[in-house]
Amino acid sequence: MTDLLRVATAGSVDDGKSTLIGRLLFDSKTLFTDQLEAADRVSKQRGSETTDLALVTDGLRAEREQGITIDVAYRYVATPKRKFVIADTPGHPQYTRNMVTGASTANVAMILIDVRKGVTEQSRRHAFLATLLGVPHLVVCVNKMDLVDWSEEAFEAVRTEFSQFARRLRAKDLTFIPVSALTGENVVDHGVNLDWYDGPTLLHHLERLYVASDRNLVDTRFPVQYVIRPRSSEHHDYRGYAGSIASGSLRVGDKVMVLPSGFESTVVGIDSPEGPLQETFPPQVATILLEDDIDISRGDMLVRPGNKPIVTQELDATVCWMDETSALQPGRTYAIKHTTRWARARVRDVAYRVDVNTLHRDEQATTLELNDIGRITLRTTQPLLTDAYLSNRATGAFILVDETTNRTVAAGMIR
Amino acid sequence: MSMHELSQLRELEAESIYIFREVAAEMQRPCLLFSGGKDSLVMLHLAQKAFAPAPIPFPVMHVDTGLNFPDVIEFRDRAIERAGARLIVASVPDAIERGLVTEPADGSRNRIQTPVLLAAAEEHGFDALFGGARRDEEKARAKERIFSFRDDFGQWDPKNQRPEIWELYNGRVAPGESIRVFPLSNWTELAIWEYIGAEGVEIPARYLAAEREVVDRRGMLFEVNDFVTLTDDETSAPRRVRYRTMGDANLTAAVESDADTVEKVIREIAEVRLTERGATRGDDRVSETSMEDRKKEGYF
Repeated sequence: MTDLLRVATAGSVDDGKSTLIGRLLFDSKTLFTDQLEAADRVSKQRGSETTDLALVTDGLRAEREQGITIDVAYRYVATPKRKFVIADTPGHPQYTRNMVTGASTANVAMILIDVRKGVTEQSRRHAFLATLLGVPHLVVCVNKMDLVDWSEEAFEAVRTEFSQFARRLRAKDLTFIPVSALTGENVVDHGVNLDWYDGPTLLHHLERLYVASDRNLVDTRFPVQYVIRPRSSEHHDYRGYAGSIASGSLRVGDKVMVLPSGFESTVVGIDSPEGPLQETFPPQVATILLEDDIDISRGDMLVRPGNKPIVTQELDATVCWMDETSALQPGRTYAIKHTTRWARARVRDVAYRVDVNTLHRDEQATTLELNDIGRITLRTTQPLLTDAYLSNRATGAFILVDETTNRTVAAGMIR
Repeated sequence: MSMHELSQLRELEAESIYIFREVAAEMQRPCLLFSGGKDSLVMLHLAQKAFAPAPIPFPVMHVDTGLNFPDVIEFRDRAIERAGARLIVASVPDAIERGLVTEPADGSRNRIQTPVLLAAAEEHGFDALFGGARRDEEKARAKERIFSFRDDFGQWDPKNQRPEIWELYNGRVAPGESIRVFPLSNWTELAIWEYIGAEGVEIPARYLAAEREVVDRRGMLFEVNDFVTLTDDETSAPRRVRYRTMGDANLTAAVESDADTVEKVIREIAEVRLTERGATRGDDRVSETSMEDRKKEGYF
């Protein structure tokens, strides 16, 4: 079986991130001939002798003209062992928003550091955002090893410096890999120059990273997404609660409680795209059939009677503000989407704003602007069924939407 | 495989089904865009699974350029009937007759599909249109959201996309605005084929290799038929070919292939070194940025 690994990368053009991704695509033979030819053609037009692999990943004309990457781009790398979805985000400070987007669904964050520059503000910011978004694994690619004569000391210096910083973030799994995206050394294949390094190549590391255990398989949470009622003669009494199990698992025969009503029932069947199942677990989608005919609608949640989420209208959350046309302000009301439920939420207070480079907390802050990250309190118009984000990504996350413009203005993580 | 691991195909399937249900739950009038090609057939299959045992709760629309392979149109009708869905056809030839669009001199109706699509969407009041686009297809697509906001002109603004965080999709729109939804965003061409194989999804015969009479035009092999006729200095020859996409008959080229079963196609795709668009679509070769330009105008 090949499974799917979601990778978020961050780094700037200068760190060689596009080259690294181009190299992963190229050396894993995922890059197509015509894509390569297009990059080759542009490289020659620009007077370059070798094909600039970065050109493969620079998408839009607007970006080529300015030599920057303006948004999250998704890349696909396949090896016999695994398929990878790579969310490729630019590194500039103004793109915190994109990094948060890429990291929100990632199993692993890949952080690029230019070995000559060492740990920069930008790499600290990337690591902070990745851990803030609860990405379980961090891989630090210490790049451009060819430019320091493959020096082990230079690599170790970066590793030591970054590790010290990462301790403050409580990063769970941290791995350092020396690479040269330009020459390809240690990206997909081992080369001859890093003979002192006995760890895996980047691709090999990503291929064998164990991620199934990162999922919360303890706290059963099934937000009802859609109620299936065929009302046909063949399926006259069918009433299925469709959704994606956010965490934990459900088995046929399990006692469940429906929130917010508190009614209890028993699972009598689980339908799925694969047919009937005895058990469902993340990230599956399933349709749950219950013994009793009770009123359940979208936004309700099936849980185990002995393990309930927090039912609250008061949220204490870290938010990343993502809108350039407005700022978060106390007293303002937004639409809030949490699991499959929409409500309205009023901002009560901004506790502090975090400087993503220094981690300093500015408690004087009263608003949050584009790319700002801060801690706020909210009051919602109806109770939400929540868990702390760090123990449960799916029930701890929400977005805020401006009710006038309908723009998604913030990503929130419940504390 | 240990407990609680899911294969990539099942994970992609789950993601797509979640997206279908989210749209059906939140949007007023969704519609599934369907071409008869393999991606839209996989979409139809996933949509059926998403709502089973109930029928698909939205109609299916085909923007018909009038230049489709006739067998693909027949296949379309059968597939939609089997799925128990309702088909709406937005006809480009009708739109030309009505004067909504003008027949381009180069014979490509690719670009004039856009106003026809937008007019039909407006007529039916659709606020969400499912498309089968995948991010691995093309550079501009790689940057597009799963829920892609379009203004009241149907335009895509790549610099002003809604952030898409976790699976918390925001489909809120004002009247006239809409969302294009791409449930197959994270699928690759290979994954589509593996899924077709695993699920036994029926596909038009043109996807499989057979001997066909073709003419070689600048390295692209076009079947000689009602839409492609030989000029005086051209010759055709029978070659063993198959199609990788199902675009207009006058523009879609075949590739040489011996893959006459889905399993052989999967093996071939795993090794092939040309993207499907680069290999077979005359319309995408126009320039490096032609897809970016068309998408901004409201194309898929």
